[in-house]
Amino acid sequence: MLKIDGISSHYGGVQALDDISLALEEGEILALIGGNGAGKTTLLNLISGIIRPSQGKIVFKGENIVSFSPERIVKLGIIQVPEGRHLFGPLTVRENLELGAYRRRGKQNKKKISEDFKYILQLFPVLEKRLNQRAETLSGGEQQMLAIGRGLMGKPVLLLLDEPSLGLAPLVVQEIISVIERLRKEGTTILLVEQNARAALRISDRAYVLKTGKIQLQGKASDLLEDGEVKRAYLGQDS
Amino acid sequence: MDFSQQIAQYIVTGLTIGAIYAIVAMGFNIIHNATGIVNFAQCEFISLGGMFMYSLVVLFKVNLIISFFISMAGVALIGALIEIGPIRHARSKEIIVLIFLTIGLSEVLRGTAQEVWGTDNVGVPAFSGENPIHLLGGATIVPQHIWIFAITVLVMLMLHYFFKKTLMGKAMRATAVNRRAAALVGISVNRITLFSFAFSGALGAVAGIIIAPISTTSYDTGIMLGLKGFAAAILGGYGNFAGAILGGVILGLLESLGAGLVSSQYKDAIAFFILLLVLFLKPTGIMGYGEAERV
Repeated sequence: MLKIDGISSHYGGVQALDDISLALEEGEILALIGGNGAGKTTLLNLISGIIRPSQGKIVFKGENIVSFSPERIVKLGIIQVPEGRHLFGPLTVRENLELGAYRRRGKQNKKKISEDFKYILQLFPVLEKRLNQRAETLSGGEQQMLAIGRGLMGKPVLLLLDEPSLGLAPLVVQEIISVIERLRKEGTTILLVEQNARAALRISDRAYVLKTGKIQLQGKASDLLEDGEVKRAYLGQDS
Repeated sequence: MDFSQQIAQYIVTGLTIGAIYAIVAMGFNIIHNATGIVNFAQCEFISLGGMFMYSLVVLFKVNLIISFFISMAGVALIGALIEIGPIRHARSKEIIVLIFLTIGLSEVLRGTAQEVWGTDNVGVPAFSGENPIHLLGGATIVPQHIWIFAITVLVMLMLHYFFKKTLMGKAMRATAVNRRAAALVGISVNRITLFSFAFSGALGAVAGIIIAPISTTSYDTGIMLGLKGFAAAILGGYGNFAGAILGGVILGLLESLGAGLVSSQYKDAIAFFILLLVLFLKPTGIMGYGEAERV
């Protein structure tokens, strides 16, 4: 579904990604793990068209989207859920969700959008009580749920999740993980970027390990969970 | 006329001019929220609104209402062209460079207007006669004042509806808050910027059109009105829509009362004295900055 082919990226003279290639199959969860500064978020922003690579191709369903504008990429159904702080803080929870469906605006989708709205409140019941509150008044966990909810309102074909568990209490992480599993069951393809490698590997099909802009390892998630090097470097402290 | 009558008269005048400042301040805020820049060409939008109206109504004898909308649309188009051309293609996207660019554009527009219309002050007929109406408290009001109030209130209600209820309005607010997040939900930031310039053009034109019958109009009437509208925006809290209304009204009242009770020579100085005072004492203005992210 998505093929990244020889992507390199420079960020203010520093090489952030060096000749990355990876492929994502329809319906799978692919995890991208690695420490701080490994280039995970950079890769997501390249796919979303927020930054441009210095070389390489990004092919989505047979089309090279590397020069597309962010809004055109969103229109294709590639939707990134950035970290929670990228909400529209002064706007209400309801407005944030409505704007999530911006790419589907127009009369013909009205009914479907309101169905999705209900579905998201069912996924994250805590948001229902907060609908008329400003997004910036939510707790960290609620903000993360809203960010995911806003992404889902766009009906993603491919969902890019950036650190959905960052800074959250274990119970909230559990809740978000179960939502991700549910989405996969419903057929959404997911690229999951995580520092919490254990959680990410448990729910994904395959994984790539990124280190200082290069792919260090790749394979089935269950194999990587048992891999000595992964255990030492990424699973050590967080069990 | 006794003292209380005089005060009432100053208040009526102050509210009228304050309404104009509020509309102008709104124009500054909309572009600021979309782009982070101060658009000094806003002043020219006001002059052009007045001059378009003059040309259509006086020179070409076009119906008043039709002239109103054509003038508005014309200036909106000029606003849009400014964005599509120079602003979008500026090599540097530095805020300060773009602000200077708007000052340059403002000069170009004013120079062109001077070539087209000359430097004379010209009059535009009032929307519905000039017979003063006597109000409670002894103040009198010409019908044009009522038009100014009514149109200002209508414009504010429409803006409120637009920004709070329509998806496009929400998308504009979202872009002001966080451009990257806006792009990630599929909002075209370019289109929002374009729209905000056209929108501000239309607002500036409305201000210039509705005040023209009272104060006459010329190729450069917008400078003073524009700068005072800017002061009103700062006073209310730059980027803050409710602040624009409050700042405009306060400034209009202070100016009118100051001119009447102290000396009319200080009329223009009052606005700028207040501007300096706010910048020294409380740069965020009365209501604080709006929703926009600080750039």
